[in-house]
Amino acid sequence: MEISRELLIEFYRKMLLSRRAEEKIAEMYRTGLKGQYHLAIGQEAVAVGVCSALRKDDYILSTHRGKSHYIAKGGDLKAMMAEFLEKRTGCNRGKGGPMHVLDLSVGMLGANGIVGSSLPISVGVAFSAKRRRSGQVTVGFFGDGAVNCGPCHETMNLAGIWKLPLLFVCENNSYQQAVPFSRGSAVPDMYVRAAGYGFPGYKVDGMDVGAVYQVAREAVERARKGEGPTLIECKTYRYRGHSEADPTRGLSYRSAEEIAAWEKRCPILKAQTLLLEKGWIHQSELEEIDQQCRQTVAEAIAFAENSPGVEAEWALNDVYTAI
Amino acid sequence: MKEMTYIAAMIEAVREEMERDERVYLLGQGIQDGGSYRTAVGLFERFGPDRVCDLPVAEDAGVGCALGAAITGLRPFLEVLYCDFLFRGMDQIINQVAKFRYMSGGQMSVPLVIRTTSGHGGNRGAQHSQSVEATFMHFPGLKIAVPSTPRDVKGLIKAAIRDDDPVIIVDAFLLLRTKGPVPEEDYTIPVGKAEVKREGKHVTVVALSTMVLEALRAAEDLAREGIEVEVLDPRWLVPLDLPAIVRSVQKTNRLVVVEAGVKRCGVGGEIISSVIEQAFDYLDSPPVRLAVLDTPIPFATKMEDFVMPNRTKIAAEIRRLLR
Repeated sequence: MEISRELLIEFYRKMLLSRRAEEKIAEMYRTGLKGQYHLAIGQEAVAVGVCSALRKDDYILSTHRGKSHYIAKGGDLKAMMAEFLEKRTGCNRGKGGPMHVLDLSVGMLGANGIVGSSLPISVGVAFSAKRRRSGQVTVGFFGDGAVNCGPCHETMNLAGIWKLPLLFVCENNSYQQAVPFSRGSAVPDMYVRAAGYGFPGYKVDGMDVGAVYQVAREAVERARKGEGPTLIECKTYRYRGHSEADPTRGLSYRSAEEIAAWEKRCPILKAQTLLLEKGWIHQSELEEIDQQCRQTVAEAIAFAENSPGVEAEWALNDVYTAI
Repeated sequence: MKEMTYIAAMIEAVREEMERDERVYLLGQGIQDGGSYRTAVGLFERFGPDRVCDLPVAEDAGVGCALGAAITGLRPFLEVLYCDFLFRGMDQIINQVAKFRYMSGGQMSVPLVIRTTSGHGGNRGAQHSQSVEATFMHFPGLKIAVPSTPRDVKGLIKAAIRDDDPVIIVDAFLLLRTKGPVPEEDYTIPVGKAEVKREGKHVTVVALSTMVLEALRAAEDLAREGIEVEVLDPRWLVPLDLPAIVRSVQKTNRLVVVEAGVKRCGVGGEIISSVIEQAFDYLDSPPVRLAVLDTPIPFATKMEDFVMPNRTKIAAEIRRLLR
């Protein structure tokens, strides 16, 4: 299927918004923003390609690198920035921070600070949707680091047994923290493991938003028809370090040349080139979109900065619903 | 009142709650066939595979599955055969289940129940005989119930299923075949409500689970010597009915806590510290912890009896206190 002009422009806009938001976060971190920030700069095509195949009431479960997923799922940038700036208007009311972004209103059931731990939860969410016959599809995002830990195996087996409406989306960004995937996995591709669980697995260029979207769309269709889960391995790359605490962008375990080579394959650049080649957009419109994205980010930060802070004793709330 | 076994009361509680609320469903190993300890007999036949779901040996995925379902509209009841196996699902229980509501800033509740068995007294050795309630008491966000009678287990299961927070219920294997009166009408044991199982004025014995039975037997022995023991069963460890314990200590001025868990960092230490903070001046003698000597549980009967509190040891300790 050919991606339409409208769709590609929409993807481009969403990826760019995510990029500009995270660039701003990196900048703010350098000048004192508190918290631990794992940015998905370079990986935007995965979040946007997959989430664009979903309905608003579908669910996603994410990882520590979850801001791009939230943005792509239609999340509220203002609420996210307010969360990072420790404000009461934050999506988690100041109790979550960057590793726990959660917003029920858009079906974002949480970034997660423990690698691999959102996968078991995603099975329960998909199980619930199936039991309630709601037609909702669930996406469990995970990185290549999660691939080799126990929950990943337990979860995929269970999803296979129950034929759940679930997409397992592996963002293989080549490094599990500092360990190259080649040193952390006995096989070079993880999608082949789907065979062991009785559902299909696909490999896709995670730098190509259109390709990701198409594979995701088919998997979502399968899921909605009751045909069970799909595993999608997106080969991608993070341009930043594991977190912003590493200002070298991971040079202790990879080379500047390697980063530069992947930067040439930037998913946003790729979409932009395609749009221009096809004559679907003018340079001036691209600049306009960029301006709008920067403006949206600036407004979100302004909203956050102008929001009232939290009260210390609110720390005691929400431990239980009632006690 | 009707006379029932502990197991029959458990099954009746679950069946009634499943009849009452169709969001309640069961998960567990071998549960479609009634469970290894026959704790779910007849439920699959009554409710079918949609609501009584078998799990493979995959505690991590099992707990996560319950969590995912709980945050999206279902009320899962997960059976884990032995509490020792909960450690296989510990990341989900501690890092996810206990904190999910909190991290989200109160966006959702987590109405799930994990029911499990502590297996001491059956020559099962170190990995099938532990009582690990104290471990879970440490983590805010979980509620914990420890029944000692058929009446209590039925009311506690019902309260747990109706509660909007995650509850862990630990049933002692030794209690499963005990019998006792159970009310005919619908009832719950309110969350956080202790019960005085025997009134007395010379010493307060706070006892848990099987140790309630041992303490009541010790109280009978001591009554013949003119010593009146008050046996208090907290039933809920979280939330703990500290006011009831303090009231009892203010009356008796002496405190013994008996449990089938390990002494170091055990339930007894927590209860005694809390009582001392609130009622130090009422104590006429140092409080006593009766618990498993700080060892794993050995296999041989003679050695298991040696490390585990019982009727004789409780009576001896109380005589020493009152000497």
